[in-house]
Parts: sequence; C-alpha cells; structure tokens
Amino acid sequence: MNVVAKPEALKPKDYASDQEVRWCPGCGDYAILRAVQKALADIGAKKEKTVFVSGIGCAARFPYYLSTYGFHTIHGRAPSIATGIKITNPELDVWIVSGDGDSLSIGGNHLLHLIRRNVDVQFLLFNNEIYGLTKGQYSPTSRAGTRSPSTPLGSVDKPISPVAFALGAGARFIARGIDSMQKKLPDVFARAHAHKGASFVEIYQNCIVYNDGVFSNFTEKDVVANRQIHLEHGKPIIFGAENQFGLRVADGKLALEVVSIGEDGITEDDIVVHDETDRIMAHMLAEMQGADRPVAIGVLYCDPMTSYEEGMQGLQARAKKQSMNHDLNELLRRGHTWTVEDA
Amino acid sequence: MSTTSTVKKEVPVDAPRAELESAVVRFAGDSGDGMQLTGGQFTLATALAGNDLATFPDFPAEIRAPAGTTFGVSSFQINFGSHGIKTSGDSFDLLVAMNPAALKVELKGLKQSGIILADTGSFSDRNLRKAGYDGNPLEDGSLDAYRVIALDISQLTLDSVKEHGLSNKEALRCKNLWTLGFIYWMFGRKRKATTDWLETKFAKRPELAAANVAALNAGHAVAETSEILDGFQGFAIPQATISPGQYRAVTGAEAMAWGLTAGCQLAELQMVFCSYPITPASSVLHTLSTMAALGVTTFQAEDEIAAACAAIGASYAGGMGITSSSGPGVALKGEALGLAISTELPLVVLNSQRAGPSTGMPTKTEQSDLYQSVYGRNADSPVCVLAARSPADCFDVGIEAVRIATKFMTPVIVLTDGYISNAAEPWLIPDVAEMRKFPVKFEAETEGFHPFKRDPKTLARSWAVPGVAGLEHRIGGIEKDYNSGHISYDPANHQKMTNVRFAKIKGIADDTPPQKVDNGPDIGKMAIVGWGSSYGPISRAVDNLLAEGLEVSHIHIRNIWPLPKNLGGLLSGFDKVVVPEMNNGQMLTVLRSEYLVDAQGINKVTGQPFTIAELEEGVRSQLGV
Repeated sequence: MNVVAKPEALKPKDYASDQEVRWCPGCGDYAILRAVQKALADIGAKKEKTVFVSGIGCAARFPYYLSTYGFHTIHGRAPSIATGIKITNPELDVWIVSGDGDSLSIGGNHLLHLIRRNVDVQFLLFNNEIYGLTKGQYSPTSRAGTRSPSTPLGSVDKPISPVAFALGAGARFIARGIDSMQKKLPDVFARAHAHKGASFVEIYQNCIVYNDGVFSNFTEKDVVANRQIHLEHGKPIIFGAENQFGLRVADGKLALEVVSIGEDGITEDDIVVHDETDRIMAHMLAEMQGADRPVAIGVLYCDPMTSYEEGMQGLQARAKKQSMNHDLNELLRRGHTWTVEDA
Repeated sequence: MSTTSTVKKEVPVDAPRAELESAVVRFAGDSGDGMQLTGGQFTLATALAGNDLATFPDFPAEIRAPAGTTFGVSSFQINFGSHGIKTSGDSFDLLVAMNPAALKVELKGLKQSGIILADTGSFSDRNLRKAGYDGNPLEDGSLDAYRVIALDISQLTLDSVKEHGLSNKEALRCKNLWTLGFIYWMFGRKRKATTDWLETKFAKRPELAAANVAALNAGHAVAETSEILDGFQGFAIPQATISPGQYRAVTGAEAMAWGLTAGCQLAELQMVFCSYPITPASSVLHTLSTMAALGVTTFQAEDEIAAACAAIGASYAGGMGITSSSGPGVALKGEALGLAISTELPLVVLNSQRAGPSTGMPTKTEQSDLYQSVYGRNADSPVCVLAARSPADCFDVGIEAVRIATKFMTPVIVLTDGYISNAAEPWLIPDVAEMRKFPVKFEAETEGFHPFKRDPKTLARSWAVPGVAGLEHRIGGIEKDYNSGHISYDPANHQKMTNVRFAKIKGIADDTPPQKVDNGPDIGKMAIVGWGSSYGPISRAVDNLLAEGLEVSHIHIRNIWPLPKNLGGLLSGFDKVVVPEMNNGQMLTVLRSEYLVDAQGINKVTGQPFTIAELEEGVRSQLGV
C-alpha cells in the first residue's frame, strides 16, 4: 500500500518560530512548549487560524516561540483580549497561555468571566506557585508559609486551587497535567482543543530557580505511581505501582478516600468509576489536596454546552430576523422626523 | 400674585397670541413625575412647529430619590425660537413646578416676571416641610415678582381620567400629560404627535393610552378656556429659517452611536463595541445594543479594563474595536491604551466626561479630562484626541475618529460630556450612502512582510489580520525592532520607535482640516478659544458681543491632539487669547505650552454648562469694557 503523507501535514518543529527560546535552562516551560507543538501537529492545527494570546510573566513569552499568530498583551488581561478576538472572528482557534500570578492574581476577574461566558478558547495555566519574572515573590497558589523576598517570615494567606476556582466559575472542561508528562500532556491539550467552549488546563510547572521541587512529592520518579492518578473516563479510579490503590466515596461523606484494594474486603467493585460529565465528581477530585493525597491528572470534567460565540451568533441571527434596524439610513429616518420644505 | 383658574375668558378665542422671538421652559418635578418624558414630548412638538431648539435634561444621580426632596428634583429645559438657538438657555421664562421641592430648587433660574405653573395639589404641609419651606410660597406673597398660575393639577387630572377606571396611583401619574397639554396651549403646539406616541407606547394597555390622552386634552382645554393670567392669550413663536431637508431630534449619545456605526460602514469594518456601564456613557451602549441586525457587535465586559482589552482584541482580529466610558473608567483603561499605542492597533475610546475627581458628580457635566486624554498615560504615548461640540456634531466626530484610527493605526480618544450626551437638538439627517468611503485594506502581501512595515507617508504600520496564511506574526507590548517587528531592547531602536510613534501622531495634522475662525475677524483684538460642548454658549455670546460692536472672534477646536497646524499662527494674530472651559484651565495650559501664548482662562466647574451671560461678562472683563 502506497500511503503518501498529505503535503500540508505539519510536524511539531514546524510550529516553532525562528526566535531563540529564552527561559532559564531546565525550566518546565520548555517541556510544555514541546508538548504544545506536538499537540498542534497531532490535531493538524492550521498555523494561520491559530492565535496564542498571553499576558505577562515567564509563561507569557510563549507566543514568541510559536510560528502561529501571537499576541503578547498586558498583565492578567489575555482572557479579555482573547474574548475580543473570538467575538470578532469565531473561526480563529485561540489559546491563552498564563501563569498563576497572571491568571489568579491580577487577572482573576477576567479568568472568572472567560470561563463563566464559556468563550471557546483553550486556557493553559502554568502553575509554578511562584512569581518568576519579578524574581521569586510568593503567588496566589503558593502554600501558606512560603518564604520569598516579599514574605521573608513566610506568607500568611492561603493558596487558591485553580481547578476549584474554574469549577466555581462554571467551567465545562477542566484538566490537569504536569510539565514532565511528555507522553500524556499533548493528549490533554488535544482534548482541551476538541472541547467547544472554555477549556481550562492547569499544568504543574517546575520553576527551577525560585521554587525548585515544589511538586516533587508527586513528581519524583519513586512516588509518581503512588501519588498520581491518571483519570480515564468510564474506568475505575485505580492507581499505584501495582494498581493496589483506588478511590471510593467515603462512608457518610461527600469526599473521596484512598483505599487499598484487597484489604478490609475491598474489591475493584468498591472503586468509583470516573465519569467526566459528573460535576460533583469533579468537585471531589478538585478538593482532593494535601501532601498525603494523590493528585488527579487528566480530564477531571468535560460536559460541553453552548459557547459564548455561538450564543452571540444566535442572537445576531435572531436580531436580523426580528429587528427593523437593518439599514443605517433607514434607522436614522425612523421615529419622529419632520421635513423642512424649500422656502 | 396667584391667580385662580376658573374664570371664564371674556376675550374671543381667536385673540392674537403674544409673539416671542424665543422662550425657555423648564419642567421640574420629582424623579417619578415623568419630567424627562414630558420634556421630550414638548421638544418633539416644538420641532414639528418649525422652531429651532436645544434641550438639556438635568436629573439626580439617585434612581428614585425619596419623594418630595430637593435632591430628588428632576428637570428638563428647552430653549426654542425663530433664530439660531445654540444653548438650552440661561434663565427661563416659564417654570413648571410639580411640587414644592421643584420650586425651591429651580426658582433662582426663573427670569424676573417669569411664569410659574405650580400644582397646588402637591403643596401639602408635609411636602412644603420636605422642601424646606416654613410657609406656602404660593400664598405668602413671596412670589409676587413672578406671574403664578397655581392650579390643583393633581385633582384636575384625577377628574379628567376618572372614566377610564385607573387606580388612584395610575390616574395621578397622568398629571404630567395634563400639564403638557396645558403648556401646549400656552405655546400653540399641536397634540397629535404626543397622542400618536401614547397610543404606540401603551398599545397593550389601551386604557392607559386613553387616560393619558384625556389628561392631555383636559390640560389643553383648561388653558384654552380659563383666564389663566390677566389678558394672557398664549405665546406665538415664529418658525425659524432652517435649511430644507428631513430632520429629527438627536441626543449626543445617539448621534455618537450612529456616527461610529457609519464610520465602521465607511471603513468596511465590523464594529465591535465593548463597554462597561457608567454614567453618563451607558446610553451609547444601549443605543448600539439595538443595532445587532446592522452587524454591530456589542459586548458588556466585566470591567473597564476588560472592555478596553476586548476592543483591542477585536481590532487585532480585524474588526473596529471601540470602547466607551467616562473619566474614571478611562483611567482604568490607561494601561490597555498603552498596549494599543505600542502595538499600533486602531482603537476608538469614547469618554463622556463628567464632574470629578473620583466619583465626583456622575450626572453633572464637566470638560476636565483633557489632560487625561492628551497626557494621561505612562511613558511617551501619544494618541489622537477629538472633541465633539454639540449633540449633532457627535455624528461627524464619530466618523472622523474611525477614519483616523484606521488610517493611522492608532487609538483615538473622543471627548463628549454629560451635557452633549443627554442634550438634544434638531439634526438634518445625512445620507450615509452618499458619504465618501474610506475602506480599510488589510495586509495581503506575504513577500517581505513584517508586522511593523510602515506606510512611508502616514507612518501607519500594516494591518495583518489572523487567518491569512503566510502573515503569521507575533506582536506585543514589548518594544519592537523597527526593521523586523521582533522584540528589541536596542537603545537606538527604542529612540527610533519613540520618534516614529510621535511623528505618526503629529502627522495626523496634515490629514485634518486647518483651524478656521468660527465667527468674527481672522485677526484682531481677542480670540475666544473653545473646545467641546461649550461651543453653544461661546458661539452665542460672541454673536451678541459682535452685535454690540466689540471686536472678538470665536475659534473652536475639534482636533485637540494633534492641534491644527495653523493654530499657533492664527492665535498670534490676536492681541488677547481667552479660553473658556468647564475645568480649571486645561486647554489653557496646552495652548500656553504649545505656542508660548499669554492666554487667559474663563473657568467654571459647577457641573452646569456655561450660560451666555457668564461668558459675555467674562469676555467684557478681559476686554476691560
């Protein structure tokens, strides 16, 4: 069989721009950039239809390193710029790249409304729990007690959970990934891309300079199997080096607990099956936090509904049918007018 | 000198009306009394009668202030006449006071011997106390300097609508129409436009339509058949000489909404209007929101910043991004404006100015955001600034803003204010189909493309829109290399880019009309330089002063930045330059710094427009006469 590759099929490297990448050596952003380029190739993204929008921060340099259209904007406002792009041309495929400070501190309001409106974009939140570009201050996702140049005695405020925030804002697609997860991360991005509406993806990203190892309790090689849950829709939530752990709904509580399969008479049948359309399940997975808890990775929630642009287009179509205002000249002459005759 | 209303007229019905060249009427009542609506209907009837006119609504910030209080008074003023009406009038000939608070607040603006029409039904002890009266001014002789028509309008209204079966509350709400009918007779206005309007408005509640029409007719009949003032037979105001054509009344907010839409049509661009509600700018958003079928996209953002950013995103995507607010909101948009300046994207920022600082007086007018517009951003960040001078002028300024924004790839700030946004004037409706188009040409040439490739003449960068293969590029707020558009921290390059941004804005003056003298000699003793909504009173004051034989000239600036190229030369032809402004002297210092001219200000910041008399007095004092 003689299969000829389509001439337009692009490879990951075709999505790289000619600009030198300037993140710190060893930064998790390099891995995410590679995964995004792979995902773009996998989904066959058209460069001319693709726009990457970013705010300010280390992550926000992302658009410069891609060969698509890109707009590096101002701190926290990428969701608003992206919304303007989508309401003007819904055909464009818009990705937003942001960090934890950009999206949850200065831009928290805009992220809330981007999600609430369900604008059809992919929102990638690179969470390194620190401000990198301004040299290491604590961020809204930093854990309480984080020592930083602005909090030498440790931070007082509690961190926000990005996925819980997104759920609270009404997100219809929520996923999580890790920078080091090179095999699976492109698939998470492809899923986000396939979802119509605001797709929210949190990516744990290691800042090698200011917060190195902050995620090591679930990313170190020796703990990965027992501390990461890779969700699959329709399958029981089982994890562990020997598939020995599972999640079940705790007795008398609306919370998930880790159980050992084979102990205390627990079998695979007791383990909860992941249903990514179940909002309550998504809440429970989002609330599963803490140093002793496993971290849910993959698609936590996916339940599409009408996007904002579709709603706007529907409204315009309805207006065109119902409204009298089709022509500006006619509109200007509607209502009470009077004519002054030639004297 | 209060008069009772029940005396039958002895004079024949066709006795001649007293002819007036012009008249000013102020309707004043509680927020809930429907004064704005009454004023709007009177405006329409007056326009239909062929008078020139100008109106000014003046209402409280509170949506429903406590009834009967002085701060809850809502007013509407109209000046109409047979020639050149340019303001809503200084003091008024007739004050309609629907309650004691309205009388208390507005009496100071009534001319000596002016007429008061008061509803005695609302002059209860309680309402008098609320308004701060110890006694009843209608009875204690304190209004003897005026001509008072005191009628129990409340009761007369109830009597006139009783057969329509309304509740007492609904019936009483017809009293503004009763009053309107009365005033219609006083000025010989026709009722038909109002009855048509009532029938359309209350199409679903015909009993309300019928009751309001009955009240209107009853008020008219009472005025016609009673001896309302000694020997008073009503006023007649001759028609104005007006250019032929089709007219409508237009507010600044409407004209701006339509002008921006026309501009986008002439540029052949999709209009994307992004805004966050704020007084007094919201009415532009409301007007445009009804125009979806015309292809107008409106977006109510979560805040001012998001509104500006969404507009920038719209322009990036190839639409005409427009954002609108008032001063405090524009302050929030400042950083986004910097992005549009740096990425050289077209953007229109509409500022309906209001009294400040901070929340200030949201419903009151001021023109104090000139510094904010011209200078109010971090770094060297020049933009184009235009100012509309009247409600109808907003249409032309809206078009011009879109033209400049797209031709020069720059933000354009458009200044109006609370006064012209809400005020209305007759407008000769233009034919949009006959206007000269200025279609935008997006970049299409991939060969040698980079996003900061410039038109050598205008210095505008090329506008490459996502969706075109071969033009993929990255832009942002970081400084760009002049020759490639890539990020650059090169010192000489930043100097060059700063210079080119400056030169581009300066070059707009080559593409806009030279400054003309609006009235008076081109060279002479005194130039009175105005901008924005003070056009009306300045223009009329200069008219009057010239008629008195004083040597004054009126120069009115639309192009605030860059200033017209010939302005400096023009000003140097006058011995004195006087700049009246509703601020503490902002254009004044701009002119002083640009032209080293010893200009003097006439400044007022009361939240109210200039009166003609104030300006005449100010100019006389500067002339030393």
